Amino acid sequence: MKTILVCHGTGCTSSKSPAILENFNRIVKEKNLTDVKVMQTGCFGLCAKGPVVIIRPEDTFYAKVKPEDCEEIIQKHIIEDKRVERLLCKDVDGKLVEKLDEIEFYKKQKRIALKNCGSIDPEKIEDYLAVDGYKALEKVLKTMTQDEVIEEITKSGLRGRGGAGFPTGKKWLFTKNAEGTQKYVVCNADEGDPGAFMDRSILEGDPHSVIEAMMIAGYAVGANKGYIYVRAEYPIAVHRFQIAIDQAKERGILGKNVLGTDFEFDLSIRLGAGAFVCGEETALLESIEGRRGQPRLKPPFPANKGLWQCPTLINNVETYANIPKIILNGADWYSSIGTETSKGTKVFALGGNVKNIGLVEVPMGTTLREIVFDIGGGIPNGRKFKAAQTGGPSGGCIPVEYLDKPIDYESLKEIGSMMGSGGLIVMDDTKCMVNLAKFYLGFTVSESCGKCNPCRIGTKRMYEILEKLTNGEGTLEDIDKLERLAKTVAASSVCGLGQSAPNPVISTLKYFRDEFIEHAVEKKCRAHECKALAKIQVIPEKCKGCGLCQRKCPVQAIEGEGREVRHINEEKCIKCGTCLTSCPFKAIE
Amino acid sequence: MEDKVCKCGNCKKDKFMEELFKKFEPEKDNLIQILNSVQEHYGYIPSRVQKEISEFLNISLAEIYGVITFYSRFALEPKGKYNIAICLGTACFVKGSEKIMDRAKERLKIEPGQTTSDGCFSLEETRCVGACGLAPVFTINGEVHGNATVKSLDNAIDEIVKKEKEEKV
Repeated sequence: MKTILVCHGTGCTSSKSPAILENFNRIVKEKNLTDVKVMQTGCFGLCAKGPVVIIRPEDTFYAKVKPEDCEEIIQKHIIEDKRVERLLCKDVDGKLVEKLDEIEFYKKQKRIALKNCGSIDPEKIEDYLAVDGYKALEKVLKTMTQDEVIEEITKSGLRGRGGAGFPTGKKWLFTKNAEGTQKYVVCNADEGDPGAFMDRSILEGDPHSVIEAMMIAGYAVGANKGYIYVRAEYPIAVHRFQIAIDQAKERGILGKNVLGTDFEFDLSIRLGAGAFVCGEETALLESIEGRRGQPRLKPPFPANKGLWQCPTLINNVETYANIPKIILNGADWYSSIGTETSKGTKVFALGGNVKNIGLVEVPMGTTLREIVFDIGGGIPNGRKFKAAQTGGPSGGCIPVEYLDKPIDYESLKEIGSMMGSGGLIVMDDTKCMVNLAKFYLGFTVSESCGKCNPCRIGTKRMYEILEKLTNGEGTLEDIDKLERLAKTVAASSVCGLGQSAPNPVISTLKYFRDEFIEHAVEKKCRAHECKALAKIQVIPEKCKGCGLCQRKCPVQAIEGEGREVRHINEEKCIKCGTCLTSCPFKAIE
Repeated sequence: MEDKVCKCGNCKKDKFMEELFKKFEPEKDNLIQILNSVQEHYGYIPSRVQKEISEFLNISLAEIYGVITFYSRFALEPKGKYNIAICLGTACFVKGSEKIMDRAKERLKIEPGQTTSDGCFSLEETRCVGACGLAPVFTINGEVHGNATVKSLDNAIDEIVKKEKEEKV
């Protein structure tokens, strides 16, 4: 029996994996191959090599498969038992690698939250049941008391994976102890950090694990109603989660008398509508209640007064995905992984200037170097590592000197960044850090809900200063003002969005201050990203007078004839950079 | 945009809305759910529909307007026939999506959030569509175009322009 798995995550789907699935199904039928099963799965993680096809039981990993390759894969691999070598991955020495777990990208990973992603069909509850699905729920309902469940989660050391890292067990305990007959369980799947997509992948690849975990949480805190708040921008995730809910209802798992016990639980989906601030827990509650997503003042915390003023437990998708595994394997198993203060694993969405873009799950305490260079394969195009950014618009930059620092909640905080939801963007030396700070702040400015002044006005003023700097109009005084403003906004904003909004500025100022000063004093951008500061000129010694730049220039700003050394007319030049890339002698800088 | 009002002449109510209201209790917290359905169906939220929602849920038009303008997914104006959305999420930004956005503005002569005067194109900046492995990306009516370049955007626009011209002929 062979199984052909075709990745149907968002990345692979947008590069035509549904057509691949269709072709496989058609060919298998045509050739009457009865012992071959074709199935769709969630994300395998290595999105850069998508669309991905895996053939089991041998675990052969085919990368960048096109719909027209299906015929060859079936003929060669399935029928002749050979391999389609041109679609296999290569290791660092250029040797072909066949199996998934032999690929560099997967070697250092430990998959707990993503365990089932890519190995089961997310639209079939049978597949989930076959890998011990809903066993943890059964164990909890039939053999454990509420306190025992909370005790187990507390002992495991699991902390919130959505950003701040609050101990999950404690949150559960607070909600259980809160007074009130009606309680709610909420899953925060409003993954707003641009560049993070682990929650989406879990919902797309293993939706039942989240349902199971929410039910366990419901039992532990005494809630019988759950909501999952998902971004409307994730249509595949929403679709699969709805299928999962329907299937669980059909099987008597969701609803009244769950698995033959007295416990009842109902779950529904609420769609977000494109507001980053709704990832903040109290803003999310406001949005579920049908209002503008503006954060509430805390305290009271949602554990005491949440949805419709009832005690409410809110956890993030990745946090939930860990729960069934902790219940089944025990708290001791989970707490044996990770560091002193941060247990278990963390999923990172590795992106930016790195070879292997994708989702990686590593034990806490893994160093940045291992993630970027061993798993990520290093920086492409022979460029150098400049910085990595974690935590999205709320986090900060990690410069090259901290590459060997083990990553956990505390260590990231120490160096001025934060875990956040797990976006990890790598930048090479062509990136300007002032411009990057401006980019993140631009994001916060447009996403600030407007409720409190420090965030609404402060971030805007900070943005204006950064704009001045990148336009070459800034001064040293501006940098000091920027720093003061950043501290004020951080100290006086109402919610997490505002409090953490200055982080990208504070951390770039801390590690790349000289770049800010260069922008202000020398009016220079060393990465050549800030167009207003770019001065493009021909180096006479290097110019051979070929005239290629002149022909490519869209505004005829390059002067000179025949074999003459060319000259750029600054008044006409629009600094598009076309001549820079077209010169074969690197004579233009 | 086609106006889907019942043609019988006796009822002024919108058929789609009538069906939609059957699915929901007239409770305030269903507002965003209803708006999401309307947005998906019409591509924007027409003012007459806002009035109907206001009557159905018994909340003021002002409050509905407040919610619509708070969330970036809801639009008050119809979008173009082809909605080009360029991802400005971090992964795409680092890989140069800014340049693609600049090109789109230049080609279509509109700013993000606007629609061309012929109603053919609208431009939008989005945050992370989740296809970071293919960064930079843009989408046209939801279809993802990965590993985008200024040239691939140009080609996509040219293709649409050509197709539209042929359809007119």
